[in-house]
Amino acid sequence: MSDMIYEIRDLRLSFPDMAHKPLFGAAPRVEVLKGLSFDVPKGEVLGIVGGSGSGKSTLGRAMIRLLEPDSGTIRFEGTDITHAEESALRPLRRKFQMIFQDPMSSLNPRRRVAGIIAGPLRLQGVQDTQSCVLEALDMVGLPRSFARRYPHELSGGQRQRVGIARAVALRPDFILADEIVSGLDVSSQAQVLNLLEQLVKDLGLTLAFISHDLSVIRRLCSRIIVMHRGEIVENAPTVQVFDAPQADYTRELLQSIPLPDPDQVWA
Amino acid sequence: MHDARSTMRRPIGLRLWLSGGWVTLLVLGAIFAPLIAPHDPLYQDLFAGRMPPVWVDGADPNFLLGTDSLGRDVLSRILYGARLALTVALVAGVLTCLIGATLGLIAGYYRGWVDMVISRLVDIWMAFPPVLFAILLIAVLGTGLTSIIIAIVVIDWTRFARVVRAEAMTQGTMDYVASAQVAGRTRFGTMLTEILPNVLPTILALLTLEMGIAVIVEAILSFVNLSISTDAPTWGGMIAEGRTSVHQAWWVLVFPLITLFLTVLSFSQLGEGLKDYFDPVLR
Repeated sequence: MSDMIYEIRDLRLSFPDMAHKPLFGAAPRVEVLKGLSFDVPKGEVLGIVGGSGSGKSTLGRAMIRLLEPDSGTIRFEGTDITHAEESALRPLRRKFQMIFQDPMSSLNPRRRVAGIIAGPLRLQGVQDTQSCVLEALDMVGLPRSFARRYPHELSGGQRQRVGIARAVALRPDFILADEIVSGLDVSSQAQVLNLLEQLVKDLGLTLAFISHDLSVIRRLCSRIIVMHRGEIVENAPTVQVFDAPQADYTRELLQSIPLPDPDQVWA
Repeated sequence: MHDARSTMRRPIGLRLWLSGGWVTLLVLGAIFAPLIAPHDPLYQDLFAGRMPPVWVDGADPNFLLGTDSLGRDVLSRILYGARLALTVALVAGVLTCLIGATLGLIAGYYRGWVDMVISRLVDIWMAFPPVLFAILLIAVLGTGLTSIIIAIVVIDWTRFARVVRAEAMTQGTMDYVASAQVAGRTRFGTMLTEILPNVLPTILALLTLEMGIAVIVEAILSFVNLSISTDAPTWGGMIAEGRTSVHQAWWVLVFPLITLFLTVLSFSQLGEGLKDYFDPVLR
């Protein structure tokens, strides 16, 4: 059991539906996650794929405990964090980090890069933040001089590298990457993915990679969870998902991948 | 992804210089009024009443901007009037800002029932007609500098609360806030270290705007004789007096009016200029 990073059982989460809230009384709730169960073993690169509104981002935010589930359990390295208070989560937070989709929004525009990366380090009581920041910049392949820059002075790809640097600076066990390349052009995408692959290898990270893009997932991940309308419709090794998809929805997704040669089809 | 604002590097120059220059001039004038004012602002000389400014025929060169109907020097009265106007602007502006911005920040960031309470309070508050409210307050509190300041703070904190709440709400949905939570920052800490710096330029712009408004409110209260004692030099009081004799002595009305106008304009322009100056994207 100890080599499991995440053990998730019957996870349910719902949001109030304010559009249908009656004048008096509580709003009806829309269930976004409908009882998910899966494990993330240590060292795995897990792809979470699904269409818009499938609940994949909500799942990610629940795993990182930005959202509190209604019921079910989330165990992180054996600790139940399902309903843990923020104060109880704080010491655990250095072990699971997140990279956000839009670095324009996830990097505070009024801080320099050094401050952005150092923030989590200081909060977790790291002493020598200065050298940690420079080391993190080295790891993501940004010049050390960038420490003094503001986010708006960087390109999209460079900004996303800062986001990655912030996440890896704490040397976490687990990183959640939520659609981190969907805002980038194709060549930046490739560079960021290469970097992520390298970091996973070098640091022995466990990674959950959320994307709607199956070709990106295929390249990076060893196992894939396919989500559809708040449920897991497929949970299998990457090869199996691509060669012998079990669910209808997976087949639909696979058919939507643009191919270099349309006559040759997956599965 | 690219922030378009970074390419439109506006010259900070003229706007900030002109408005800052006028405010500086006024502050110096107010501080050193006893040294530079050519006359005692309260000294009446009924034989030298309604003297025109120097460049008009029949003027006395001793009175640069002329005298009012009681023979008091207009320039000296404007200088002394600046003392009251600027004191009110500074104290009332800062207090209004502190109270309003704090409530707005809390409402916009924490949302929920805190926001409900504060926002409803703001709504109710704003339903009172402001000038009537001020006059009512002064009537209860009695005239005097403190009463003016209290009246302005009590009426105008809602302006800050509204704007800052909206701004804090927008900032609160940004991922850097979620990112701070992932890093383990407390809610309160996030509000102060992540949200506040991003709302600060707006607060600053509002503050200078509020200073201008405070000057106007003070002038209005002086105009209706509800400011400090009636013979004390105030811009509003001068305008009220000048109004009655505008056909015989236009300068008594016009010069305080121009001063008031330039001051309020400068405050608002200063705010805009400073806002740009503190934005790292525009800098």
